[in-house]
Amino acid sequence: MRKYTPKDNVQGKSYYTDRFWVAPRVPRTTLEEGSHFAKVVETLGEFSKESYIEVKQLIVHIDVKEVVNVMKLLKESCGYTQCSEQSAVDYLAQDGEFELFYQMLNITEALRVRVVCRIKKGEAVESISELFKSALFAEREVFDMFGIKINNHPFLKRILMPEDWEGHPLLKTYPMIGDEFASWYEVDKIFGKEYRDVIGPENRDQSKIERYDTKRFSRVGYEVPFDADISNGEKEQAIEYSETILVDYTTSSKQLDERR
Amino acid sequence: MAQHQINYASSAGLPIALTSVDKLVNWGRSNSLWPLTYGLACCAIEMMASGASRYDFDRMGTIFRASPRQADVMILAGTLSKKHSEFARRLYDQMTEPKWVISMGSCANTGGMFNTYATVQGVDRIIPVDIYLPGCAPRPETLQYAMMMLQKKIRRESANMNNNTKQNLRLV
Repeated sequence: MRKYTPKDNVQGKSYYTDRFWVAPRVPRTTLEEGSHFAKVVETLGEFSKESYIEVKQLIVHIDVKEVVNVMKLLKESCGYTQCSEQSAVDYLAQDGEFELFYQMLNITEALRVRVVCRIKKGEAVESISELFKSALFAEREVFDMFGIKINNHPFLKRILMPEDWEGHPLLKTYPMIGDEFASWYEVDKIFGKEYRDVIGPENRDQSKIERYDTKRFSRVGYEVPFDADISNGEKEQAIEYSETILVDYTTSSKQLDERR
Repeated sequence: MAQHQINYASSAGLPIALTSVDKLVNWGRSNSLWPLTYGLACCAIEMMASGASRYDFDRMGTIFRASPRQADVMILAGTLSKKHSEFARRLYDQMTEPKWVISMGSCANTGGMFNTYATVQGVDRIIPVDIYLPGCAPRPETLQYAMMMLQKKIRRESANMNNNTKQNLRLV
């Protein structure tokens, strides 16, 4: 029996990790009474399932069916006239769902709101391109990269990958160097499948550097003879992390206050 | 007093130069290599610098042409994505014979650092390459050197392209 390896996340792991770097966690704060964001959440009313502030931005969790209603309220009642970014995150391995998010900008208040919702695989979301034209391209990208269908989109086709591409590259189940279709794409398209034997498979360099390999890699900083053992009897050690450092992004505010 | 004098003892007594057809044709071909204006990524900036006045490709008879029908050399300068590979091959097919290809930079040679699903891992998978030019990105001098190497290669070749043993990926 072969050892089972999980197939729901086949993305390659980085072979180099800085042992002193710790991913910072962003602190969450609750809404202040009477602030602009409190009014926004009040306007959204029942649509808002959960709301908090991260890095001076309001995050609102909503139901995926209410996307158009929420966007309409944000645009018409709260002054969020720009949808600057829209995309998704693949949490299929973890929760069996995608996270869809919409990044909204209010120009007069210089404030941003992120509208977040969860969508299951195979479900479709309503297009917001009637309200924001910028969503036309963003929704096509979501469809291209994740395979999330968008209802009532006027021109839903792939935007980055070729139209005859198979698979959605930003899924965690999609390997970084591509599947079989991807590796033969240009050969199949230009010469035909029978040319696969003539041209042969791709020769991909994994660009991995073995720390104690003096055969294929020369040492940086000090020279050693070819194929010398430089490990000093040391075995490969797992990387140890320092304690989690919480970085507070909310305390200092620079340019926005000055601009006002 | 006539300063110019014909040496009747050499050149069969006539002011002529003897050569072979191969040499004559290759002299013409190698000294008027017209590359296609075809930049794919950052290597194209170096290619443009080579064409501009500081490095001056024109003095080598290398003049960039904006049409594949008028070009002899295709300089694949940069990362070739899989989506674009079809069009690169089409441009190559549209060039008239004889034609040569320079693969410029790491990305065109091997895919370079783009070990991803969307990048062609070496343009020689779809187009036969004459000169592989290393570097990321190669300096204009390097491109000039590649062009001079290509000239050398052409001068060694037969004028009849069918006699040359160039491996060509043709559509059957």
